[in-house]
Amino acid sequence: MSNRAFAHLDALESESIHIMREVAAECANPVLLFSGGKDSIVLLRLAEKAFRPCRFPFPLMHIDTEHNFPEVIQFRDHRAEELGERLIVRSMEDSIKKGRVVLRSETQSRNAFQSVTLLDAIEEFGFDACIGGARRDEEKARAKERIFSFRDEFGQWDPKNQRPELWDLYNTRTHPGENIRVFPISNWTELDVWEYIAREKLEVPSIYFAHEREVIRREAGLLPVSHLVQPQTDEQTEKMIVRFRTVGDMSCTCPVASDAASVEAIIAETAMTRITERGATRMDDQTSDASMELRKKEGYF
Amino acid sequence: MSVIDKVLPDQTELLRFITAGSVDDGKSTLIGRLLHDSKSIFEDQLSSITNTTRKRGMEGVDLSLLTDGLQAEREQGITIDVAYRYFATPRRKFIIADTPGHEQYTRNMVTGASTANLAVILIDARKGVLTQSRRHAYLASLVGIPHLVVAVNKMDLVDYDQSVFDAISKDFSAFAERLHLHHVDFIPMSALYGDMVVERGDRLDWYKGSTLMDLLENISISHDMNREDFRFPVQWVCRPHTQELHDFRGYMGRVESGSISVGDAITVLPSGLNSRIKDIVLYEGEVDTADAPQSITMTIEDHLDISRGDILVKTGDLPQVTKMFDAMLCWLSEQSLDPSRKYLIKHTTRMVKAVISGIDYRVDVNTMDHETVDTLKMNDIAYVNIRVQQPLTCDDYQRNRATGCFIVIDESSNNTVGAGMICIPANQSPA
Repeated sequence: MSNRAFAHLDALESESIHIMREVAAECANPVLLFSGGKDSIVLLRLAEKAFRPCRFPFPLMHIDTEHNFPEVIQFRDHRAEELGERLIVRSMEDSIKKGRVVLRSETQSRNAFQSVTLLDAIEEFGFDACIGGARRDEEKARAKERIFSFRDEFGQWDPKNQRPELWDLYNTRTHPGENIRVFPISNWTELDVWEYIAREKLEVPSIYFAHEREVIRREAGLLPVSHLVQPQTDEQTEKMIVRFRTVGDMSCTCPVASDAASVEAIIAETAMTRITERGATRMDDQTSDASMELRKKEGYF
Repeated sequence: MSVIDKVLPDQTELLRFITAGSVDDGKSTLIGRLLHDSKSIFEDQLSSITNTTRKRGMEGVDLSLLTDGLQAEREQGITIDVAYRYFATPRRKFIIADTPGHEQYTRNMVTGASTANLAVILIDARKGVLTQSRRHAYLASLVGIPHLVVAVNKMDLVDYDQSVFDAISKDFSAFAERLHLHHVDFIPMSALYGDMVVERGDRLDWYKGSTLMDLLENISISHDMNREDFRFPVQWVCRPHTQELHDFRGYMGRVESGSISVGDAITVLPSGLNSRIKDIVLYEGEVDTADAPQSITMTIEDHLDISRGDILVKTGDLPQVTKMFDAMLCWLSEQSLDPSRKYLIKHTTRMVKAVISGIDYRVDVNTMDHETVDTLKMNDIAYVNIRVQQPLTCDDYQRNRATGCFIVIDESSNNTVGAGMICIPANQSPA
């Protein structure tokens, strides 16, 4: 019995549950960031496994850029209600009204400005730990991120000055005003996430699956046509069968051509795919080799 | 067979390993080669490093660029911290903790090694066993890594000469005898040309052993964890207070070692109270047995006062409960140890105040010699005596990593300043 191999998904799951319970036990006022995307969907299942039959010892929160896909927002509300857990939504629109965020144009990508609204919400509620669904395989700046990632009172990440993280003994201590970002699925890959979604039969927003959509070919990627993205004079729109690998700001999240219409088909496609998740789908990560690192230093997730 | 079955069979195990060596040993090239030859490099990554290689005035693809991390590092051409990489083959999923090998980075190697099943130590075939190689081997043994692979790299620069490989293997073995290393394998390779990394190549025909990838895929790791002694630190107590679960008290945590079944007699430590396991509850439903490293919820027969920080063990297989113990301590902070100060120690799920009351000796990690010191600086490793305010429930680290390790936290800065491994001499163990 004791010698059986422990399958990798079980090992990852157990590690993540352990991390969530450490946060619940040691942090005074944690929150779980839930966007309706696949990674945070996995977080919610892990939280169920960590805490049921109790309620979650933290609320859920979404920082809404109001440039999100309507399907995802609908899914977010439906899932929170189904779980019977409290969902806090803080909108970037409020930050804009208050003058905390100044955009150059209405259709500009809002991803980079989420940090402001997030930091404001952290201050408003006095959260000392934010549980997020970031993974180390996403991007090279993430590869060096701790599972418990310490942020100073300005919400900033200093890559040269992180706490050493040994075994699974997490140091959760903070001074007033400081906070910790916690990434329970740090060690998961995109493929692990989809395999877990399949294994747990988790529901995901429909835009992850192949569907027909009007798109514009721009630079290296496809952009979905919406009220935020309209063809320029020399551009043509076309209808294609696509799906999204990540769900973010509608103005910069690109779909990929794909006919994967089920979780199983997505797993097969992910296992075979030759382009990284962020490389394919996020225009804002392509602006420079260090874009993610710079945004993280500013307090981005 | 569907595509998915071919890509990932059901029971894919997870293997965590570290690579130790400096940039000059070809460590980044080796990792790049593992990722490249196992088809784990994506097109956009490849085109990005191809561009960078060209920008730097070189030809082809410099695989070492794959592991370049932050802008700060790229500017300075150094690696400042532990980076984690992921790749998979049909047999296993791998997590690499990529740690820099310079002298000042002992703390990074200890950090990366703390969760590893295996260490790959790189040796430059032209240079042989260096002080740095000995340091890496010592640290691997200190942190209790079960498997060690010595990769004798750059064989292309010594004409793939078997006698060079044999001499290095012999030299290393002689040194390794002094360490508690369970299992050491030697592999000649050229990471640059890919010989013996994933492919065998045709220039090392005299070598009949496994390639690095063969070893990583096949080495047995099921015994790496202590399977004998049941240890369950309580993380959280679940009391739903709902109508149907009014009296439910679930003890939540992870089985750190051994296994447990419904009906087993257990002892709660440090209190010493006894009870029996009533239910083992998972989200999916109740089970009869659970084993490490499962995260579970348990209920017991009796109403005992149990809270976070307590450890449940099987009655009759007791660890030591003590307020004084010895440990090997690795100092991680730029601020030196102050023996007159109180620190915090986090051990399992318990946090206690502690004093490092004595330093028996510091280990020179290059020579293994013992030295007398009265403080510890960053990267120092020493045998110390510790007193804690409340008792800890511990095992000897070499017997049980989970209940033998602890971190030291500076109460004023909140930084993690030390990493310790508890030493319990055999004649003191209660069993």
